[in-house]
Amino acid sequence: MTLEAHDLTVRFGGVAALAGVSFTVAPGTVTSLIGPNGAGKTTAFNVITGFQRPTQGTVRHDGEPITGWRPHRIAARGLVRTFQKTSVFPGLTVRENVLTGLHLRGRVGVSAALLARGRVRAEERRLEAEADRVIDFVGLGARRAEPASGLSYGDQRLLELAVALAAGPRLLLLDEPASGMSASEKVAVAALIGRIREQGITVFLVEHDMRLVMGISDRVLVLNYGRLIADGDPAAVQRDPEVIRAYLGSGAHAHA
Amino acid sequence: MSRAALLLALATAATAPAWVWNPYHLHTLIMAGIFAVLALSLNLLLGYTGQLSLGHAAFFGIGAYAAGLLTVKLEWSPWIGLLAAVVLPGAAGYVIGRLALKLRGAYFVLLTISFAGCVSLVSVNWMDLTNGPLGLPGVPPLEIALPGLPPLSLRTKAAFYYVVLAAVALSYLVCLALIRSRVGRALVALRENETLAASVGIDGTHYLVLAAVVSAAMAGFGGGLYAHYTRFVSPEVFLFTYTVTMVIMVVAGGKGTLAGPIVGAVLFTVLPEALRAATSWQWQMLLYGVLLVGVLFFMPEGIVPAARRRWSAS
Repeated sequence: MTLEAHDLTVRFGGVAALAGVSFTVAPGTVTSLIGPNGAGKTTAFNVITGFQRPTQGTVRHDGEPITGWRPHRIAARGLVRTFQKTSVFPGLTVRENVLTGLHLRGRVGVSAALLARGRVRAEERRLEAEADRVIDFVGLGARRAEPASGLSYGDQRLLELAVALAAGPRLLLLDEPASGMSASEKVAVAALIGRIREQGITVFLVEHDMRLVMGISDRVLVLNYGRLIADGDPAAVQRDPEVIRAYLGSGAHAHA
Repeated sequence: MSRAALLLALATAATAPAWVWNPYHLHTLIMAGIFAVLALSLNLLLGYTGQLSLGHAAFFGIGAYAAGLLTVKLEWSPWIGLLAAVVLPGAAGYVIGRLALKLRGAYFVLLTISFAGCVSLVSVNWMDLTNGPLGLPGVPPLEIALPGLPPLSLRTKAAFYYVVLAAVALSYLVCLALIRSRVGRALVALRENETLAASVGIDGTHYLVLAAVVSAAMAGFGGGLYAHYTRFVSPEVFLFTYTVTMVIMVVAGGKGTLAGPIVGAVLFTVLPEALRAATSWQWQMLLYGVLLVGVLFFMPEGIVPAARRRWSAS
């Protein structure tokens, strides 16, 4: 398994954001994590990517425990995430954003930067070509020289994806990539996620839009109040009475 | 336009001792050069990583004392003194960077202020080492000793001017080389969005430490030059005023640009002297304040970015 979470628990004081959650993400799939607001989805992402320490439990990537590693080290293993709230480098252009995202694909350190300018120039050319390829892949080719802060909301979300892709993920964790987007933009994002998967990148998705989730996922995990209440293919999860109850309230089963 | 202005500035800087015949004016230009090194160093932290060091005079002062103590007490070569003025503050910068770990913003400011306070107290109270408030007189001038030739002293203002000019050029090139590489992008990523930077594999602590080391070493270099130029080191080198002056130079010149700190350093070294010559002391400080506020009000991002915008618009 690409990713194995075992017994993940995160407590904030008396509240358990995650209460003993275990799941796996299989390589090459699109796996979605859904659930009502406050169910613990983003907390799960934070724990997996090292932004938060679990109170208990372990995370393994390709068999190796990565629990408690610092985020940049986890990213270097190929686990790269995006954020629920749009997160770019606002003062930089689209191209500079993606070049920054390519950090792990460069090798130049201080001594080379100061003393081996030839190596720096060669690396810069290579990274710039790579940046342009990623920018074209997400469809921001016409915007590459614009500052990120000047982009439309939808384009900023595409830029976030481009920055994450630049980091060379093997497992890409997307936290609500389509939130706040128009219907047509959502279709475009769904298509983009499909193309990302075709590149051999495993996708782990947190998303509220059910149409999007059910359309592209191989597997769906459902969290409610920090517990995993369902795990299966999209059709089975949609029929699951406990999932329906979680989304529609406890009275719903009487009418179902 | 920008290229012509640059060539004019370089030609002016290269020939200054030939036509600046007033020694005091040349002294002002030498101090502008030393401050340019300091402002470039502060800019690495403040302009690129976005962290404000309000204890930067500490690195300047450690550099000055390193150069002074090694040459006065141990009578080592001034060049070794100058090397120590780079290495020791660099080591201090490493300690500060490691201590900072996850401290950012106001907490980083407090850490650097406290550090500068400690070092300053040591310089005043460790009488046996530093002579306390009396300071260290008799720091030797730099001299070039080539085999087979009589030693060439860099004691004159004109000669030292070129030493400082070379130091500014070197500091500028170090900043340029770092910024135009993957390392520079990592520094900027800390300023722009450290969380996102971590998520794409950039180790924030590593790059903050790195910026602190290079910045502190460069400030110490400025301190070493200052010691060999004024030939005297006292606890005054730790004055908070020095730090404030560096901050003004970086912010008014244009933080996060390579030319901004140099423009700021020249302007805010020459300006007080020009005002002193033009008016009485009461008006001098008042006009300085008004001009500073004016620059920040009309060019909040700094002189260099504002000038660039003007040129690219026309």
